[in-house]
Amino acid sequence: MLERLLTYEEKVILDLRKLYETYGYQPYRMSKFEEYELYIRHKEFLASENVISFSDTNGKVLALKPDVTLSIIKGGVDNPGIKQKVYYNENVYRVSSSTHRYKEIMQAGLECIGDVDLYDIYEVIHLAAASMARVGEDFVICLSHLDTITETIASITSDEDLKEKILYYLSRKNTHDLKRLCDENGIPERGYESLRTFIQAYGKRDSVLEKLGALPATEGLEEIRKLSELIKSSPYSDRIQFDFSLTGNTQYYNGFVFKGMLNGVYGDVLSGGQYDRMMEKMQRRAGAIGFAVYMDVLEQLAERKQGFDVDVLLLYGEGQSPKMVAEKVRELTDKGLSCSAQKNVPEKLRAGEIIDLRKEG
Amino acid sequence: MLNIALPKGRLGEKVYDMFEAAGYECPSIREKNRKLIFENTEKQVRYFWVKPSDVAIYVERGAADIGVAGKDILLEYSPDVYELLDLDIGKCRMCVAAPKACDPDGINNLRVASKFVNIASDYYTSMGRDIDIIKLNGSVELAPILGLSDVIVDIVETGTTLKENDLEVKTTILPISARLIANRSSFRFHTREIDTLTEKMREQVEKNDQNP
Repeated sequence: MLERLLTYEEKVILDLRKLYETYGYQPYRMSKFEEYELYIRHKEFLASENVISFSDTNGKVLALKPDVTLSIIKGGVDNPGIKQKVYYNENVYRVSSSTHRYKEIMQAGLECIGDVDLYDIYEVIHLAAASMARVGEDFVICLSHLDTITETIASITSDEDLKEKILYYLSRKNTHDLKRLCDENGIPERGYESLRTFIQAYGKRDSVLEKLGALPATEGLEEIRKLSELIKSSPYSDRIQFDFSLTGNTQYYNGFVFKGMLNGVYGDVLSGGQYDRMMEKMQRRAGAIGFAVYMDVLEQLAERKQGFDVDVLLLYGEGQSPKMVAEKVRELTDKGLSCSAQKNVPEKLRAGEIIDLRKEG
Repeated sequence: MLNIALPKGRLGEKVYDMFEAAGYECPSIREKNRKLIFENTEKQVRYFWVKPSDVAIYVERGAADIGVAGKDILLEYSPDVYELLDLDIGKCRMCVAAPKACDPDGINNLRVASKFVNIASDYYTSMGRDIDIIKLNGSVELAPILGLSDVIVDIVETGTTLKENDLEVKTTILPISARLIANRSSFRFHTREIDTLTEKMREQVEKNDQNP
């Protein structure tokens, strides 16, 4: 009965909390405010650079949180051998990419910080897939390995501007402009072919691993193979694919990065990865991996998922006594049905059934 | 069913010819009427005509799975889409043009009029130059003639309009052509269909190259 009262988003959040707690992740509670300076120092890490700031009573400049991960990193301490596993569902405040105005966005996610090993990476990616399964049936997790891509690019050029352009074309699956760029900058055909391999390395994991076999063996590739093998034990194995056109901000992310997408929903529903470089920037020695589920994207789904506002719309008129209406309402609610008693059909109210007492006399 | 956004106008017609030759025909699209959506259930394609500058938005937002947009639009609006193929048609250049007597390099705080303010700003930023950018929505060639700007940044196809208005190309910023784009999410869920279509369109591009 209680679950019936929850909105689609609330049900998803409840399901996610249960899921994360099953794997030993602890809820992370935090204030809505954070020191503004934190975001100024790491603004490239944020989804949007605009932050709502204000002065506290003591003159200190604070911000309404546009991000959760930075606060978790800041609030933790390095504890060798120990892993901090936390989850959150918090409101963040950032500029919407569609309306270009500030928006309050519910964000859920988890972070695993400490001596992160291959099992932890598997666990987080499995939980990302399990989170997607709780949001919708037809989903895909796309997985890539940033270090493998950046190492290959570094073996081709040391020019930072050129590296950035190459990464951009990879992320757009744009082979034609990548070829032009390589030709203009004297990158040999072999180099271009290695880069093209990444653009074409998408889909089922085994077939992608075969394509990556054309690249020189590296530690990263070995790690990719081992993880792919581990993922076979996840019930979501078929939903977890590789896509090496998936990149990220290389100043903050390294190793595995991933996105979750849902059929029929534009934009990413989930985004995550290893962010050891971000940890280094914040003077933390530990490794880290985590992801966020963008609950605002779920608004697109809520309309479709939500059934009716009430089970029964009960219509009555002047000819029906209040006692008669009250008895009918009680009869329906005693059956466990929700009921809205009205004299006219309200606009936008979706009812499973209409009972018109006026017709029943 | 793949939803395909085509740019209205001459370029769109050329693009549709390529889709048709690639085996994705939809005969109703050739009928003379005001319909905007055309479907061929047998070929599993649904085409719709949209304003050329809107194609990228339709694809980015998933209203269309794939579409065809000019590189100028993709650079100006930076939509978050995959760019799968250069169709090698609709070819032109993004240029800096000015009256013949004008030497843009000798002007401090150059006044630049353009429909493509992001492309113009990025170009001059890469040159390390400060500019005063003036956003116009059409008839950009008028701006330097009436003294509104020193130069314009605009698309040049044959150069006839420039010549007729006593303007000339000072610099070519980049070549432009039509690109096949795909929605990132649709690409995941229609991978095989989009891969097959891209390959068939690639064959058409190669055919056009051999018989220009």
